[in-house]
Amino acid sequence: MRQKLRKWSRTGTPWIWINAGAVAISIVMVLGLLGVLAVNGLRHFWPNEVSHGRYLAPGFKPTELIGELTRTEWVPAEVLIASGLRVDPAQERYRRDLWKLGNRDLNGIDFAWVLADFVEEVSTPENIAVFERKQGGVLYGAISSLELGEESDPADALSDDQSLWAQFQSRLKEVRELDKQIQSIQSEQLARANSDLERLRLRERAAMLEGELSPSLTQQFSARRLEIQVELANLQHQLNQLYAQIERDSVQVRASNSVEVLIPLAGIVRAYQPNNLTLAGKLSVYSQRLWEFLTAEPREGNTEGGVYPAIFGTVVMVLLMSLFVTPFGVIAAVYLREYAKQGMTTRIIRVAVNNLAGVPSVVYGVFGLGFFVYLIGGEIDQLFYAEALPAPTFGTPGLLWASLTLALLTVPVVIVATEEGLTRIPRSVREGSLALGATKFETIWRVILPMASPAMMTGLILAIARAAGEVAPLMLVGVVKLAPSLPVNGIYPYVHLDQQFMHLGFHIYDVGFQSPNVEAARPLVFATALLLVSVIAILNLTAAVLRNRLRENFRSLEI
Amino acid sequence: MSHADNSTFTAAERLREQAKGRRKYREALDRAAAVTISLGGIGILATLVLLLVYLIYVVRPLFVPAEISSVVSFSAAPSQAARLPPVLLSMDERTETVLRLDQSGQFSWIDLGSESIVLTSRLPVARSAEISAVALLSGEPALMAIGLDSGEVFLVSAEYGAAAGPESGARNLPRRLSYPFGRLPLLTTSGSVSALAISQQRNELQVVAVGANGQIELATGSRQSSLTALLDPASLPEYEWRVARVEPQIPDATRVFIDGDHQYVLALDANDRLSAFSIRALYEGGDESFSSDAIANQPGKVVDAEMLAGGRSLMIADDLGQVGQWFIDVSDGELLLHQARVFQAAMIPLDQIESEQRRKNVAVVDVDGVFRLFNTTAARLLTEQALVDEEIEAMTLSPRGDLLLTESESGQFLAYPIDSPHPEISWSALWERVWYEDYAEPAYVWQSSASGNVYEPKYSLMPLTFGTLKAAFYAMLLAAPLAVCGAIFTGYFMAPGMRRTVKPLVELMEALPTVVLGFLAGLWLAPFVEQNLLGVFALVILLPVTILTASVAWMFLPKRIRHRIPEGWEAALLVPVVILGSWFALWVAGPFEFWLFGGDIKAWLGSELGLAYDQRNAMIVGFAMGFAVIPTIFSIAEDAIFTVPRQLSSGSLALGATPWQTLSQVVLPMASPGIFSALMIGLGRAVGETMIVLMATGNTPIMDINLFEGMRTLAANIAVEVPETDVNSSHYRILFLSALVLFAFTFIVNTIAEVVRQRLRRRYSLI
Repeated sequence: MRQKLRKWSRTGTPWIWINAGAVAISIVMVLGLLGVLAVNGLRHFWPNEVSHGRYLAPGFKPTELIGELTRTEWVPAEVLIASGLRVDPAQERYRRDLWKLGNRDLNGIDFAWVLADFVEEVSTPENIAVFERKQGGVLYGAISSLELGEESDPADALSDDQSLWAQFQSRLKEVRELDKQIQSIQSEQLARANSDLERLRLRERAAMLEGELSPSLTQQFSARRLEIQVELANLQHQLNQLYAQIERDSVQVRASNSVEVLIPLAGIVRAYQPNNLTLAGKLSVYSQRLWEFLTAEPREGNTEGGVYPAIFGTVVMVLLMSLFVTPFGVIAAVYLREYAKQGMTTRIIRVAVNNLAGVPSVVYGVFGLGFFVYLIGGEIDQLFYAEALPAPTFGTPGLLWASLTLALLTVPVVIVATEEGLTRIPRSVREGSLALGATKFETIWRVILPMASPAMMTGLILAIARAAGEVAPLMLVGVVKLAPSLPVNGIYPYVHLDQQFMHLGFHIYDVGFQSPNVEAARPLVFATALLLVSVIAILNLTAAVLRNRLRENFRSLEI
Repeated sequence: MSHADNSTFTAAERLREQAKGRRKYREALDRAAAVTISLGGIGILATLVLLLVYLIYVVRPLFVPAEISSVVSFSAAPSQAARLPPVLLSMDERTETVLRLDQSGQFSWIDLGSESIVLTSRLPVARSAEISAVALLSGEPALMAIGLDSGEVFLVSAEYGAAAGPESGARNLPRRLSYPFGRLPLLTTSGSVSALAISQQRNELQVVAVGANGQIELATGSRQSSLTALLDPASLPEYEWRVARVEPQIPDATRVFIDGDHQYVLALDANDRLSAFSIRALYEGGDESFSSDAIANQPGKVVDAEMLAGGRSLMIADDLGQVGQWFIDVSDGELLLHQARVFQAAMIPLDQIESEQRRKNVAVVDVDGVFRLFNTTAARLLTEQALVDEEIEAMTLSPRGDLLLTESESGQFLAYPIDSPHPEISWSALWERVWYEDYAEPAYVWQSSASGNVYEPKYSLMPLTFGTLKAAFYAMLLAAPLAVCGAIFTGYFMAPGMRRTVKPLVELMEALPTVVLGFLAGLWLAPFVEQNLLGVFALVILLPVTILTASVAWMFLPKRIRHRIPEGWEAALLVPVVILGSWFALWVAGPFEFWLFGGDIKAWLGSELGLAYDQRNAMIVGFAMGFAVIPTIFSIAEDAIFTVPRQLSSGSLALGATPWQTLSQVVLPMASPGIFSALMIGLGRAVGETMIVLMATGNTPIMDINLFEGMRTLAANIAVEVPETDVNSSHYRILFLSALVLFAFTFIVNTIAEVVRQRLRRRYSLI
């Protein structure tokens, strides 16, 4: 045995195992991180059981708890005593649960730490419903009655819980339909009319600055303005009618501690009775909430609702960036591989490429802000948007500058990947093309670039993945926590290059660290982070697959 | 026939012509493409240069000395005979109007545009009376305390006025004198008033006058928040005045001052002894007066003195050409004067000193009439300029510090435009300890946001640089061993099959957005570590032990099982071991913490070792940023090891060396430059990382190496502060400077790394 151990240490086996251990630790770290993200991110949409209990902490008056259990931890009794709770010092540790109590507007807080030993009569009553509201967060409680505007008929009053719930759900569905109409009028027609009005004002001012404002022109402008104002008034009228309809119905809910709350149906996004749901029902609620997360606007200072504008903003920014980065990166790579004489120049350029890749991203942000936004943007405003001054058009952070900045940041990625692709193309291909009489450019354009296109795609995809996850420079050059409208929409000029936009990565930072209620926002941030990581992982995998296919393709040519 | 011939000929010729044209077109296209593509390639280099040049372009004005440009000279006095020496000159905010007061009490408004007197007005005092002292309160309208040789002190307010013009909009403000506190004397001293001081702080106005025999009188006005004042903001504020006599007397007091907080009246006597009297004690009774000989003990003799803007330090000019900045500190019943800094302004006696109203700039003129402007925070001579040969009778700096105006004894006015946008910045202010006002000693401080009106900005980059290096250090502490060891195993020992799964995993790790890492570190890891602090330490110790134990255990396993797993899959075997080991370490730490540290290791750390614990601290940053840096180092180092020519290691193995010997004696020395450059690039990444630090620390700019406290890094500081700063302000340029510092650091690191790698690649290709 001794001999064996001596051999073990002398051959360096422990070192090999330590090195293997480093790999294992890294693997565990990556998988663990992905696991934490996946569990926390996906759990958020699941309709958890809602518990009911009575809390009888020593020294406090008894309260009723209705809510979800979110986390549990153990605390030493001393710590609790130090914080002023009268617990038994003999018991070493106490279990402490974090309850999500919701009802922020009633209680002031929506999360509370509760000592598990003092909670009694814990049950999961079936009639407790979860009301996701537009304002005030989640409300837990049981429906006591429905109040249905003028139609309400006392004879119709339902005593049966089941049918009351069914009727409530059907009314809620109608109200949601109306709400959708209102949203579409507000975000499309009303927004378009307002933008028309603003453009009219700018055109008038431009004419005035040019000194071309004749009386007839003024008259034209006022006529048009009147037209738009009439349209606006009409829309407002329509909206008012819809508001009247939507605000008619409300529901009476008995919340914890027997507080009765009247909630207008217009303020409810979704309602379900989690303790009463079958697995299929739970799955349905789960998918509804997941769908809402992906396609809806954020609510409540971004802590609830969806992240659709952030997804959209990220995609638009990244696409715009691709327009800039692809030609630049590919041309540079072609130069390095096909045109430049390998020597001092290419060495210096390679050092430059690596340096561009190594410059901290926030430095790009600072550069983008100073050079693009203030210098170039300021000049553009002076030249083309003088009528809007002093309000800046391009002289302020926006979509265009953000994509340009990120294009600079990601250009090395495209160069490196494209160059790798070009290197893999055998000389014989080039020589064959040249021997047939093609010029150098024709060879590159017709033969080399098509063959290298998977490499270019790889580079572009990696660049997109990098840009989608980058936040620090965007914070300086164009991202915003809540954009009033999407950067591409139905309002002239359709693509708003000067607008600020929302971004998934920034959303994570902002909601996770800048929102006043971090505890409430945490699950949503996990979901957003999971979404971002999945997108980036998929992009990376695609790039890896493409690269492998490229290698396979050329392996046959190399022989 | 010939016709046909002709036609075929022309057809052929046409074809040839066409082909020629086509060839020409193709050649032109080829040439154009070559030019475009070359430009594109050079464009990469140009981008890097543009980045550098632009950053330097923004930063450069910080270090440019102040400039005095084209002097304007004019004479505004009606005639030399009627001219009386001025006792006061003052300028308005926009440097349009100069207010001049002469000895007889005659006010003149001089328009700087037309260089002429536009209005005169006399104080309502007797013809024979002469003004013996004046004190001016900065702001508009100008409020002045005027002391006469009869011992009376008045308060007069003078409005600079403005003519209606396109510049000033539609305003047409009158130029006039007014008496907001009545026309009666505010104070009366015995004999002529020899010195005056006036100061305002929030709702309190203080006026101090020195009479004959060192009799010092103090008047304090407190603004009454009356109902009428609340309802009508335009109404004049009402003041309630109290008067006190300063006791004991200072027989030969020459100058008086009031400190910025209105706590003390300061008096300097002919022997340069400074005395301080508590204002509170003067009104409430009790004797709280202190004095100090610190200034008198200096070799020089005081020629002029003035409070620096903000009223926290006294600037003393002496006859040895020195300007001293003194901090006034009363503690433990003693007046302590700290000479914070000294400027050797000239080698000849100084004559006058004048403070700027808002910035910590001070101007001195020596007896030869040379003007010098200093900034105290930056300890920097901003500019110097020889004034005219004649005796300067009065001088003033404009409120914004952009114009100096002097009046010589012949009545000649000289206006010197001063361009000094960033006086508070210097090499020493950025990188050395600076003794700021209200600080007990020189320190490195970053505090960019203003907390008061007259504020001393604290722009030391040291805490930020320190924080950057601290974060990078802890990150590298985790990342370097893990990544290099992992690269060694993956590049040399690992089976190809496993390598194909590990490499994409590392690539995925590299692609993880740092904002996600930062978020997990801040909201998930930080609370977790806080709960399991001892467990985390146990992890660091137990994991290597577990791995080695697993290795021994593996050796003693029967061959039947061992041979089922081919060599090079050890890492996969260790994955469950690592998971179990981590779980065990965290589990075992709980009871240990109760047993050893009374259940709370953080409290123990605080009481026994004096270490503060922040939830978001350097350890969390180390973990999160280490995680971000591992793949960078790993892939480059792995590449360097993997590409070591196979024949070298094969030769070594054939000669009988063990795999480990081959690795450590043959492969690693070959690959070490590559590993070095991997570490450099990793360091560059750690230094520039923004989001992780932003989210995983408290972002307090402190200088403390403590593992359990946070830091603020250069990059995070940029991300936090750039959106809030004004374009082209000093703060903006300093943030650009920190970006430039980051750029320079990563530039050097990356260039070294890249040059090393290029060398290595050539060396490999030679073998």
